[in-house]
Amino acid sequence: MKLLTLNFLTCAIKTCKTNASSFPLHPRDAELEIQEADVNLPFLKNILPRLMWEELRTICKELGLPDLPPTPPTPTDLISGGNSTDTTEGRTQAEQEPSQTAKDLHRVLLETCIQEGKLVCGCCGHEYAVKEGVANFLLPGHLV
Amino acid sequence: MAVSEAAGLSYEEEHVHEVYEQIASHFSSTRYKPWPIVERFLKEQPNGAIGADVGCGNGKYLAVNKEVFIVGSDRSTNLVKIAQHHKPHDVVVADNLSLPHPPHSFDFAISIAVVHHLSTPARRMEAVKCILDLLRPPQQGVSGSGGKALIYVWALEQKSSRRGWDEGSEQDVMVPWVMTAKKEKVPKKKKKQQKRRGEEGLAQENGEAEKGSEDQKEENSEAPETKPEGDKTFLRYYHLYRKGELEGDIEQAGGVIVESGYEKDNWWAIASLK
Repeated sequence: MKLLTLNFLTCAIKTCKTNASSFPLHPRDAELEIQEADVNLPFLKNILPRLMWEELRTICKELGLPDLPPTPPTPTDLISGGNSTDTTEGRTQAEQEPSQTAKDLHRVLLETCIQEGKLVCGCCGHEYAVKEGVANFLLPGHLV
Repeated sequence: MAVSEAAGLSYEEEHVHEVYEQIASHFSSTRYKPWPIVERFLKEQPNGAIGADVGCGNGKYLAVNKEVFIVGSDRSTNLVKIAQHHKPHDVVVADNLSLPHPPHSFDFAISIAVVHHLSTPARRMEAVKCILDLLRPPQQGVSGSGGKALIYVWALEQKSSRRGWDEGSEQDVMVPWVMTAKKEKVPKKKKKQQKRRGEEGLAQENGEAEKGSEDQKEENSEAPETKPEGDKTFLRYYHLYRKGELEGDIEQAGGVIVESGYEKDNWWAIASLK
């Protein structure tokens, strides 16, 4: 399971969803694996506004990964040479190369996968198992 | 065959969840061609859009658009394991009435041939509500700006189909799935029969919803003298939707219909939040 997915997951128990502490789910005893994938620069730029940056930073800390920068990158930060003056010359998207910032973000969000472990709700404490890269959110009968 | 609200969950466990868990691999091998309306809906989504596929099955719709990010979910662990390999998307095991997503966080959602497996009216309406709750609400005053969901269900009105159901038929039905046993050595005659089955599987994918080869297979298995050894029949529960019923459920669940229609024995609707 990709770390990006954690940006769109919370506790499956309805009463938790309205409680801010249920997001994000907290990885525990996580075994990580890098699964390489091609960098898609327009995709990265477009998902930027959807990222819950503070929460992603928390997850990275909890997993012992290198710190994410305190503020989210801007779309320009993701383009190689994006801050230099030649961006005004109107390079097409196809010509743009991902910056190191983009590559780092890609590595964290799309290549770093939780293969085994648990995801814990910060509200009710329920633990969801992750096995072979798949998180299981089926609830026992008394919690449905 | 109507089921009481309280018994709904355990009924579906036996007549839907357990069946898919067992037929996962065979079911998946017959499902790879996306239905045109679903394909169009997915391809219309802009690059970087975030989607949910509720009841993603083997993940065949995850392959359609690689420029969006979809979190698929299914009740069947065995199907999710098959769906796992579609990049850049991701899948989890979850119940469609207890989805593990923050409310109002998705640009789009699909739920294809899923809601018809819920066995009571209240549970079907709740399933629709759970899908709608995933969507971004529209910005104030900007119509059409909210997230959109595409829901697809099997229709009651399909008199030209092999099954022949139509207006007035029983809406709650059990539909057989026959899993053919694989054999190392097959006599010529049977080989032919198996090939024909394979072709039926293709025809099924060319649009004929959740039907397809089951009927004829069932006929085969009902004649004991011709039944190949090892074939196994599974029965799945379906609620067949009347005209207008899906739209009614969506409106009751707090949604508005953007577009809806009938295609190849199925009712479909695209909806958003009010």
